[in-house]
Amino acid sequence: MAFLSNLVNGISLGSIYAMIALGYTMVYGIAKMLNFAHGDVIMVGAYLAFCAAQYWGMPPLVALLIAMVACTVLGMTIEKLAYAPLRQATSLAVLITAIGMSYLLQNTALLIWGANPKVFPDLIGLDSLQLFGGELVIKGATLVTIAANIVIMVVLTLFINRTRMGKAMRCVSEDRGAAELMGINVNRTISATFAIGSCLAAVAGFLLCSSYPMLQPTTGSMPGIKAFTAAVFGGIGSIPGAMIGGILLGVIEILGKAYVSTELGDAIVFAVLIIVLLVRPTGLLGKVQREKV
Amino acid sequence: MKTKRSKLIYNLVTFGLVIAAFIIMTVMINNKTISRSLKGQLIPICSWIMMAVSLNLVVGISGELSLGHAGFMSIGAFTGIVVSGWLLNGFQMEDPTLRLVLALIAGGVTAGVAGVLIGIPVLRLRGDYLAIVTLAFGEIIKNVMNCIYVSVDGTQLRFGFLNNTIPGTILLNGPNGAKGVKTISTFTAGFILVLITLAVVLNLVNSRAGRAIKATRDNRIAAESMGVPVTRYKMMAFVTAAVIAGMAGVLYGLNMATLVPTKFSFNESINVLVFVVMGGIGNILGSVISATALTILPEKLRFLQNYRMLIYAVVLILVMVLGNNPTLKSWFRSVFGRLFRRGKPEDGPDGEKEVARHE
Repeated sequence: MAFLSNLVNGISLGSIYAMIALGYTMVYGIAKMLNFAHGDVIMVGAYLAFCAAQYWGMPPLVALLIAMVACTVLGMTIEKLAYAPLRQATSLAVLITAIGMSYLLQNTALLIWGANPKVFPDLIGLDSLQLFGGELVIKGATLVTIAANIVIMVVLTLFINRTRMGKAMRCVSEDRGAAELMGINVNRTISATFAIGSCLAAVAGFLLCSSYPMLQPTTGSMPGIKAFTAAVFGGIGSIPGAMIGGILLGVIEILGKAYVSTELGDAIVFAVLIIVLLVRPTGLLGKVQREKV
Repeated sequence: MKTKRSKLIYNLVTFGLVIAAFIIMTVMINNKTISRSLKGQLIPICSWIMMAVSLNLVVGISGELSLGHAGFMSIGAFTGIVVSGWLLNGFQMEDPTLRLVLALIAGGVTAGVAGVLIGIPVLRLRGDYLAIVTLAFGEIIKNVMNCIYVSVDGTQLRFGFLNNTIPGTILLNGPNGAKGVKTISTFTAGFILVLITLAVVLNLVNSRAGRAIKATRDNRIAAESMGVPVTRYKMMAFVTAAVIAGMAGVLYGLNMATLVPTKFSFNESINVLVFVVMGGIGNILGSVISATALTILPEKLRFLQNYRMLIYAVVLILVMVLGNNPTLKSWFRSVFGRLFRRGKPEDGPDGEKEVARHE
């Protein structure tokens, strides 16, 4: 039973990683950049939901919506101000800008909300599910996280495969130059990618803090790095890869912490990543690109 | 094409600046005109210069983005602390210079061995996958260092992994790191190490091996077909950088009375990368200057209190955005073009990556 309980917790944590990893992987696939500020958008989303619920007395769902809308706007603004002027620049320059943006978000949060951790209230308010005569207890937040992840996966897959914007995104990720020649508005497509990624980040922030209710300006960094790892694990640029990578990573982390060693949990996660990349150098579902001379 | 003469001038300017800075600082220390905060920062500045120059060897010269450079610094720092503490407690070796030299050798060797072990899997990968694996190794090193306990019992070192019940004087205490370290690093030692670093890196860059490394960076396939043993040269750059980073760690670690393993996190690796990019990728002198300036700057901004890092972040973004603005760039080039030949974008590693991605 303990194993089953750990597995469910792992899937729940993995669902959160998957949501964050989607933001990384979509941005990477379309804008070819590593957006290191993504982890901090999660933190901003969580703080906004916290404020809306705690200080302004909004119902949980409205708080979540506020966070989602605000993060969407934030993501698009970041892209317009910091990343769009660097479209032609080297990838390292973009990386450093993203790191600068990450510092900016963290320190702004530090100024507004202070360094003391805030305790995120239980906004989900769902009773724990008791199975097998009370032997297996699944928390409400865990259930909601897994359910939300399934919904997001289905909707996103439909969006990418069925809508015009989704098609444009696939085109831009395949070949930006050719997409532009075909009349696709590349800037708008990239902007939309950031909007979706940041919106998902807000959901992830809300759910992360519902399960692990400690909120401080650095809350987003470690999940951000893990989710980035998950994106690479699944093959960066691949959307199903991010989902699988995220969930696997969450499960490995929780099981590793439970059965091997609590202190070495993170080391196990990263060691698995290294082994996977050695066997499959482009991740689980990544496309193997042959170099042409 | 750069001529032999311009390379010589560049090297002379680099060494000249470092030596001049050392002389000025020594005079200021002797006159007591140096501010306390700057004096306390001299040794860390030396180790950050070493970190930036060695990372530049990997990122700029060899063209591989490494996000785990602080891991080597961590290995070096804790090896240095253990060796120094062992010699002091186990063998009553009082001479700080000898202890520092032995600690530096031990730290450099350990970090170099780690560099070989990490380099074997890492250098098989390309581009962003390589970057993430270096990040992963950096995190693993931090995590494992958190679980290591070392003590000196008589003349013997005792190690414990996840096990803090080891006899003797504790040198490393798992997540609490090292406490009460005898600080034996000196500014002169730092200065000599910086000179050695510059000599090694500049010589490597301008040697036959350096040309092979740069050829590999610019076009791996072309270099391979010309008979350059690509992996061997990439390994050479990576391990050299690891050894220098390990020594920088020893210098840094033996300057601090307390040091915890979480100090060498992903953020530190990123900080060093910022030094490298701000100084100009592939530009060694640029790394020296930017590591110095960007270590002093946050201290100088201390009066701004909480706004300090905010301003640092804004400066970082503005420099990147404005520095890559096509209009400003061409203007800069027309004004400073002759002075800053080395900073030209064709020196950077990104040309190859851009080409690879468009295929």
